Parts: sequence; structure tokens; C-alpha cells
Amino acid sequence: MTMNNQGRPTAPGTIESNELPTISGDRGLDHEEGLIFELGRKGMTSVDVPDVQMAETRLGGQRRKGAIGLPGLSEPEVVRHYVRLSRMNYAIDAGLYPLGSCTMKHNPRLNEKMARLPGFGDLHPLAPQSTTQGALELISELMKWLTTLTGMPAVAMSPKAGAHGELCGLLAIRAAIEARGEKRPRILVPESAHGTNPATAAFAGFVVDEVPGTKDGHVDVAALKAKLGPDVAAIMLTNPNTCGLFEPQIIEMADAVHAAGAYFYCDGANFNAIAGRVRPGDLGVDAMHINLHKTFSTPHGGGGPGAGPVVLSERLAPYAPLPLLVHDAKGFRYVEDRADVPKDAAPFGRMCAFHGQMGMFTRALTYMLSHGRDGVRQASEDAVLSANYILASLKDVMSAPFGDGPCMHEALFDDSFLDGTGVTTLDFAKAMIDEGYHPMTMYFPLVVHGAMLIEPTESESKESIDRFIHVLRTMALEAKAGKRERFEGAPRLAPRRRLDETAAARKPILRWKPKEMPQAAE
Amino acid sequence: MSETRYTDQHEWVQLDGGNATVGITKFAAEQLGDVVFVEVPDVGRKVNAGGEAAVVESVKAASEVYAPVGGEVTEGNAALADDPAKVNADPEGDGWFFKLKGVDAAEFGKLMTKAQYDEFVKGL
Amino acid sequence: MRYHPLTAEDRAAMLAKIGASSIDALFRDVPKSAVVPLSTFDLPDTKGELEVDRLMSKLAAKNTAAGSVPFFCGAGAYKHHVPSAVDHLIQRSEFLTSYTPYQPEIAQGTLQYMFEFQTQVALLTGMEVANASLYDGSTATAEAVLMAQRVTRRPKAILSGGLHPHYSETVETVAGLSGKVVRAPVTPGSAEDIPAMIDNETACVVVQSPDVFGMIRDLKPIAEAAHAKGALLIAVVTEVMSLGLIEPPGHQGADIVAAEGQSIGNGLNFGGPYVGLFATREKFLRQMPGRLCGETVDATGKRGYVLTLSTREQHIRRDKATSNICTNSGLCCLAFTIHLSLLGEEGLIRVARVNHATASNLADKLTKISGVSLVTSSFFNEFTIKLPKPAAGVVDALAARNIIAGVPVSRLLPHDESVRDLLIVAATETCTDDDIDAFAKGLSEVLS
Repeated sequence: MTMNNQGRPTAPGTIESNELPTISGDRGLDHEEGLIFELGRKGMTSVDVPDVQMAETRLGGQRRKGAIGLPGLSEPEVVRHYVRLSRMNYAIDAGLYPLGSCTMKHNPRLNEKMARLPGFGDLHPLAPQSTTQGALELISELMKWLTTLTGMPAVAMSPKAGAHGELCGLLAIRAAIEARGEKRPRILVPESAHGTNPATAAFAGFVVDEVPGTKDGHVDVAALKAKLGPDVAAIMLTNPNTCGLFEPQIIEMADAVHAAGAYFYCDGANFNAIAGRVRPGDLGVDAMHINLHKTFSTPHGGGGPGAGPVVLSERLAPYAPLPLLVHDAKGFRYVEDRADVPKDAAPFGRMCAFHGQMGMFTRALTYMLSHGRDGVRQASEDAVLSANYILASLKDVMSAPFGDGPCMHEALFDDSFLDGTGVTTLDFAKAMIDEGYHPMTMYFPLVVHGAMLIEPTESESKESIDRFIHVLRTMALEAKAGKRERFEGAPRLAPRRRLDETAAARKPILRWKPKEMPQAAE
Repeated sequence: MSETRYTDQHEWVQLDGGNATVGITKFAAEQLGDVVFVEVPDVGRKVNAGGEAAVVESVKAASEVYAPVGGEVTEGNAALADDPAKVNADPEGDGWFFKLKGVDAAEFGKLMTKAQYDEFVKGL
Repeated sequence: MRYHPLTAEDRAAMLAKIGASSIDALFRDVPKSAVVPLSTFDLPDTKGELEVDRLMSKLAAKNTAAGSVPFFCGAGAYKHHVPSAVDHLIQRSEFLTSYTPYQPEIAQGTLQYMFEFQTQVALLTGMEVANASLYDGSTATAEAVLMAQRVTRRPKAILSGGLHPHYSETVETVAGLSGKVVRAPVTPGSAEDIPAMIDNETACVVVQSPDVFGMIRDLKPIAEAAHAKGALLIAVVTEVMSLGLIEPPGHQGADIVAAEGQSIGNGLNFGGPYVGLFATREKFLRQMPGRLCGETVDATGKRGYVLTLSTREQHIRRDKATSNICTNSGLCCLAFTIHLSLLGEEGLIRVARVNHATASNLADKLTKISGVSLVTSSFFNEFTIKLPKPAAGVVDALAARNIIAGVPVSRLLPHDESVRDLLIVAATETCTDDDIDAFAKGLSEVLS
């Protein structure tokens, strides 16, 4: 079998609690909260809507029979329920998230205000285009920022997230190759790549071929060149890469890929390191998705929504998906049908309904206008500076496999500094929770053992970073001195102790069930 | 007279005449951690030596299990559907994955003996 | 720069600690030719909040907000009243600015609402299990087709002519890669004979109800016909409010439900972000794409929640993942959950009834106008009417009179002559009697 030994203990064992139990089960400001289904009552509701009784309906005989099973609550109860839930969450507003690859920067509130202007928020995607000119102009402005910052001629706006953008880029590449009448089934992906890269390549119908890395954490250029051939469609690279390093031979790699008739897809997750200073177009990139929720501050929202517009080179621009935004003497409009596109355009199809994540566009453009080109460049410099400061301050007590030179916006450590201590990367990370920090990205990239990838972003003050460094230093020294108390059974101070993920996967319980289960028809 | 041999992919195979039983080794089960799900091949499926035959999942990893020898699947271990923990409890016994018929003894002979496998694991 | 806490002194001290002479030294791996000066970028410099607010407000003012005029657009996105508590709650820091719940001990808030959401979606759709949301209804439909192809190991997907054309195009882009996508004829106001098209190569049949024209479909016979040939029925719902009043797909034999949840909790937002709902049967659980939240206990025995069955996902299976998805719709999913909690069963049913009554009333008023006929005899809150001239021109004329009259079918099918005169009209609880009268009056004038 393939030895993918990411397996680690997921059954947490049992722990005894020595504190005086409260009568209510709550502890001070920490409230336990049940499910809405356990709190609700029949017939109660938080809205005052007239009870319209219709003598006849036109529902085609499909009127719903039987109850749905939803709980009813009053507004005060609903508000209290969700406020209590919120208080069990860590958030950037509350503390640093040193998550490598995620760029957890500050989410400006001006973004939220702008997105909610009725002229943006209360606009239907299929309203007559004469009534949505301001929205189309906004999208056009954002397109200008994205293409200018990246030095690329075109951008596809509809992808709904980074991974969706990757798919868009690969489909454009596929269309370009088909237009040449060629068959190129192989895609090269570094072994250090983020999981979405091979997943997307397989999804798009390609066969994934892994390219090894060198001891310095870069892509092995010789190995890459050896793998190129007339059956290779593209390479998917991340730059700066997932080890937090800029690929010094990136232009040489791009040239080799192009000479072999293939395309260069760039994963733009780490764009925050170079925005305003380096243009991917100058590096030979053919397609790159940009995570608006990373580089351009749109909020992570507990897991979404994101947006992943894809900038495209001259040779891929014709294949951008529908709809296409056109600006002429008559104004702005979306062209939504293949038959109506400008000459030379050959869209591969549509990625999704409507035009894309407008709500994220308003937020991202607000961020860009607020920062300006000088602010964007400053952000990238501060991000890189902070990551290097952390690397320089910790590499003597922790182990940085590529720590001899500077990193980009994220610093990579491995777990060799923990050898012989009995403390794993997981234990180390969980102990950070007790210290008031969200753990860094762990066990990614896979090319390094027990990886810890730290990305502070430009949103942290020096005081905040110094405090973080001090805590990590002390933890590392304690672990190495054999003091394991902090790490065993961590976290202790979070709303929950370690959770039994094994049980959750063996016998999945994915919903609350009422006592009488409405049966799905067979 | 049955004999058990091992692969460098950490599968074991017990051969009895032309019939074989296949599973993963104790070492592999330990590395994986708690097994949460096993996908066994359908009866009647033909597999080649080294071909993907099953999938074993822990919470954080999903690993392919390869057929150590070629043959036709006669049975998948149905007990694993309800109790994947068997793989951790008794990987080289009750936690077997699937059975094959039509196995070539020569192919079997190329695999490692227990002693050879134990040496191999020591060197990892 | 108001978002950057580092001062010049801080930067100098940090460079000193690193041992670098300047920030440029940290970029030493970047080829010299690739580093460009700021002046390269034809973009403005920093602007303060006040100035940005002014610029953005000017752009917003060039649009006609739905709430500011009589408004009747639907066709996959619907204007409903979202109680103020929803927007207030989703803007709490701990919801807005939190990350994906990969560290469950400090993300129980997110995980619990995901669990509540999964339950709500299963109850609404009448299905056994649901995931924690996908991007939107169209991509959820595409994922459903791919899942059906995996489950049945067959290549062909048949799409009903009543499926939203944007959804059909999305399915073709994605599912066309690994199989065959066939579109049934478009028959506004009637159901095409899908059962006759199903054969032994068919993985799934995809039927939307209410369909893009508003008509409510009977899914039971289609489910039976599909199952008889070993195929799956994928039911698509673009107006999820309809599930408050109509028999859900799960009770009609659907195997997978792909829906757009935007109507609940989420505004129109010019097309996004929305929230895709995805529900299926327990037996297909491991083939389901997207995030899943499961119940478990912690080390002290307290109930808690975790992301589970992650081995289907990209960060573990990589090139063998069920999908490449890395995100769900987080905040939109929360908005849906909160809004539905506020509505409760009673509120949802009442709102649904008001929707149907309002649309019914509007249909009656419009069909009294000479030359206007109703195409869809059954509907929830959206119906299609046939006009005596091309609908697109009529809509533009009404827009000039500040009435947003609906979506001409030609906007979705621009090169189909047979639908040129058809207009899709939606009416929700946000339409007043004055709006309806204004629409009827305006239409009458434009058509005379």
C-alpha cells in the first residue's frame, strides 16, 4: 500500500477535570449552547407575516403534505443562540492567524459598508443592463487593477473560488490545445503543490505527473525539463512556492515549458508576497488565479465565500469563459452567448450561472482603492519583512530546512527540532491554542516532515509579532528541555478539548434527527 | 500448506493452493493510525500484481492497497464495513481485506518472507 | 497607511535583526529584470476612507436598486425580505473574520452552525444527508452530474429543457469532460417526455422544479422511469422558498438534490456570492463532494463538532479527490441558517403562501391586458407570460419608466426565435399592491 503516513492519533483519550462544576454547566462568559432543533417550539416564529389562506392554489397538485420539521424560535432566542456560537470561535479580529498559504490579513470594515450599498447589494444579475451600468463599471475597474498588477492582458472574472479559478485556467489551456489540434494529456505538478492543484488537474481530465523538489526547497529544474514533451499540456507552479521561497529559475522554467509547446499555470495563493513589485506576466505566466480572499482582504467568513478571478496571457485570452464584459460607445454590457462574442474570442463555455462573486468584487476594489499601488507594494514588503523577522528570530531554537537564506511572506519550519522530545507538530500546534493563538499551517507542504508554515501578513504590529516569537521560543525550549506538561492533552483552555475525529469518521452523524424521521421516498 | 509473504508496499498475502487472502501489515496499520473506512474490491474483479485493489482510510490519510499477486476477487471482507477498527486490532488476521483465486505460485514466490520483510521494515 | 501597523522604526529594527541591509535584499531570489518600479503601474495611490466611499457611492448610484422601483426579476435569483438580525449577526467578528474550521477546538461556533445548516437542508429537501454548501446552485448541479457518473459508472446526463440555461451550460462545461451531456427540448409551459430519452447509458436525468419558466414539475414518474433503467434523478431547485409550500424532491424519489439557497438569508448581490445546497441519500455519502461537518465528543465527553470524511477532499486525496473544492460558502451558509431559524416552520410556510398569493394576483392582473397570455398554468412565485411583441424590447421600455419587469427568456436563450415573446415574471413578499398596479398599467401602455 502507499505509505501516506499523515496518520496520527485522532482518538483523544480521556481526561479528568478537577475544577468545581457549576450548577448551570456554563462557566462565566463561556456558555454551552444546544442545537436550534433542541431549543425551538412548534408554531413560534421571529417574523410577523400575514397568514394568507388561499381558497385555490395553482401548485399543480404538488402542495407539500406533512410537516418539514423546522424549529420555531423568537428573535431574542435566535440572536442569543448565534451570539453564543460566535463566542466559541477564534477570529482575525481577535488574534493572529499565522496560517501559511492563507494570508489572514485584516478585513477592513469599509469593504463591508461598500458591499452593502443598495446600488450593489440590491441588484439582480439579469436586470436590464441599462440599469446596472455602475456595477459593470466597477467590475471593469477591478479587471483593470488585476491585469495591471499582474502585467497580463486579460482576466476571467466568474470563478467562485481559488480552486474554481484553477479549473478555469486549466480549461482555457485545454481549449487552446484543442484549437491547435493537439493531444496533450499530461500536467506537471511539483510534489510540494497544494492539494487543489492535482485535484483540479485530474478533474479537468489530465494525468498528473509529479516533479520532485531540490534540497533547497525549489523545483528541480533539470527534472522538470526532462519531463517536458509533446504530451505535456502545462505545468502548475506556485510562486513564491509552498515552502515560502521565490523560484529563482522561474523564467528559465517558463521558457522551457513554452519551448515544449506547453503552458504555465501559476497558483496565485502567494501573490501577497510580490504584489506591486513583480508582475507574473513578466515571469512567463499564462494563467494565474488570484484569491481575492487572501491577497485582497475579502473576509474568510469561516470557510467562504471566496472568489478566484484568473488573469490570462495573450495566447490564452481568446478562450476566457462566458460571460465577456464589453465596453463600447453604448456603455458596458455582458455578452452571454457564444454566437455574440467579439471576433477572435472562443470561450470554452460557462463556469457558473450569472457573472461571478460581485459581493467580493466590491470588497476587493474597496481594498485596492484604499491601498493604492503604493499601499499594495507596502503590504507585500511588510509581509515579507515580518516573515523574515520571525524566521531570523526562531531558527536557532526551531528547525528551518531552508533557513539559510531569506524567505518570502511565509517561513517554513519542520519538526526535527522536536526529535526525541516526544512532542509532535500536532501537540505543538494544539499548545499554541492555550497560548491564545490559532495554530500555524501544519503538515503542509508534504515535502518536509511535520511542516509548520507561518505567515504573519502585513497586518501585525511589531509588538504582536514579538509576543508571538517569545511564546514560540519558550515553547520550543520547553519541549527540548523535556518539559511536556504544556503539550500533553493540549488544548486545555479552549471551548472544547481534543475531539474524537476517528469516531466522527467511522460512524458519521451529519445531521440532527427528529424522533419521527420523515422517510425519503424510495 | 499455507504460507504468508510480504510486499515492500506493506501488504501481506497468504497463499493456499491457488487461493490467497490479502491484507495490510501490522507496521502499516500502526503508521496509518485509526482506520475509519475500507473500500474492498467487488467480487469477480480481476487484478494484476501491483495494481490498485482497495483503499484504506484513516482520518487524515487515504492509502491505496495494491494486489501483491494477480488473480480474481472471490470475496471482500464485509465485516470491515461495520467495524473498520478490526484492521487496527488484528491487521494480519481478522482485518483481512480480500480473497483471490487463480493466483500464480511463481508470482507469490517473488515476494519477501516474514524474515525478509522484518529486515526491510527495520531499515526504513 | 492605516492598515499597516509597522512604523519606519519597526522596519529598521526588524531588518537589523534579520541582518539585511534593506527590504530589497530579502527579494534577492527575484530576477532583477522582473522587479519593476511603482511607476510601472498605471493605478492611483492610497486614498482615505472618505474618498473611497465617495467613488464607490458614485458607482452604486448608477445602478437601479431592486427595492427602489417596482421589481419582478427572478430566473434563478430572488428578492426576499431578510430580517435585520441576519446581517447584524453575520458581521460579528467571530463569524466574519474566522477561518475554515480545521482546528475544531476553537471553531465550534462555525462547526455547529454548519451542522444546523446540513440538518435544515436535509429537512427542506426531504433527503437523508446534506453537505455544508457548495458555491452556488449551478456548480452544485454540475457536481451532482459528476457524482451520478461516478456512482452509476455511466457517461450520459440528460438535462431537462426546463433547467436554467446557465445551469445547463455550466454542466456542459464540466461534465462534458468525462461524459456526454444531452439537452432535452425546451417546452415552456409543458413537460417534455424525458422518460422516453432514458437508456442504459444514462447516469442521470436532471430536472428543475419549479422550472426556469416557473412551472412546477411532477418528479415522481421521472424518478420511476430513471430508476427502472438504473439511472439517478437529480432534482434542481433555484427558488428554495418554494420548499415551504411544494412537495420536496426527496419525497418524490430524487437521488440527489442540487439547489440555490440565495433566497434565504442572502441578497441579490448582482449574482454572487450565493450558496449551493447539495443533498443525497446515505448510501451515496462517500461519493458526495464538498465539506461535511459531523457530530462527535471531546476528551471530556462533551458533544462537539468536526469536519469529517475529509479523505474525499483535495487536501488528502489530491488527484483522487471527489472534487477539487477547497471552500464552502461559509458566511452565506450562516446567513441561510440564521434566516431559516428566524422564520421557523410557521414563518417559512406563511412567507411561501404570501409569495404564491402575490404571484397569483399579479398573473391575473397581467393576463387581463389584451395580448398577454399565461404560459405556465402551475407556478409557485414565478410564471411566464407571452406578449404580443418581443419581450426584451418591452422590458427595456418599462425600465425607462422605472419598472423592472422581469427577465425576457431571450436573455437566457438569445438565438431561439420561438421564445422571443416570452417574459419570466417573479413576485415575492416584497411586491406591494402599488408595485403590481404600476406594472400592469405600464405594461398596458407599452403594449398599446
